[in-house]
Amino acid sequence: MTDQLSRVFAALADPTRRDMVARLTEGDHTVNDLAAPYDVSLQAVSKHLKVLEDAGLVTRTREAQRRPVHLEAEVFDLMTKWIERYRRQAEERFSRLDAVLARLQDDDNPSSTQPQEGTAS
Amino acid sequence: MTTVQTNDAATRYPEAAIEADSDVPAIHIWRDFAATPAQLFRAHTDPELYAQWIGPDGVGADITHWEARDGGSWSYTARGSDGREDFETSFRGCFHTVREDRIVQTFTWEGMPDGVSLETLTFEDLGDGRTRLHAVSLCDSFEGRDAWLRSGMEVGVNDGYATIDRLLAEGAL
Repeated sequence: MTDQLSRVFAALADPTRRDMVARLTEGDHTVNDLAAPYDVSLQAVSKHLKVLEDAGLVTRTREAQRRPVHLEAEVFDLMTKWIERYRRQAEERFSRLDAVLARLQDDDNPSSTQPQEGTAS
Repeated sequence: MTTVQTNDAATRYPEAAIEADSDVPAIHIWRDFAATPAQLFRAHTDPELYAQWIGPDGVGADITHWEARDGGSWSYTARGSDGREDFETSFRGCFHTVREDRIVQTFTWEGMPDGVSLETLTFEDLGDGRTRLHAVSLCDSFEGRDAWLRSGMEVGVNDGYATIDRLLAEGAL
């Protein structure tokens, strides 16, 4: 699973692919649709799609002629969760830093605080 | 180096905001604090203060080496428990720039001894006794960056909240 997550991150390291994924969150698109806003060849867009497919981020229907591109929301969510956990971990650290800074405030303004007692409990 | 905007006056970060940079293998974190830049600087350079917040889950960190000056170095060991077993893990690095508004240092986790990131912390005075921290961790590859992000999933996220509540209550005294 972690290999897949690494591929997801690598796939999303590219701004064009990020933009394509963002547009696919609104619904399926054909390759031509997807390529329209970019000033690159259809071939280049296909190459980007291949990277997204290899990462499991998108799939393409086999049967339909238009072969619309579909975003695999679950895989996308995994990555979002990944970042969110990292963020939460940072926030835990910063909450502890808040507490340290609040104590510094007290030290810098001793007149505005009361002496602390029994905080070890 | 990056197109990320940090100086939008209207944006507030009462909680940590994070962004994985799309151009370079970097992680950005922003967070606002009710403190002056000088106080935030002290909390990052005074080893006694640093040990109180950097370590996991209120257990704190054991600072094993600390020279917060240009060209100095640092190391610490963090001990904690994930609820089932105790763990111990160490970090080390060098201080490159230590200035009131900016700290630049390297960062290595002993679990990946060949991996090293460049940490740039800036303290931006927002006025009214508030300061914004912007931390950029620049890794040596996208793979390294992603492994780093992944480590956030593996270190305990389950135990923190009660401790934070307690520390916040203490700090509010």
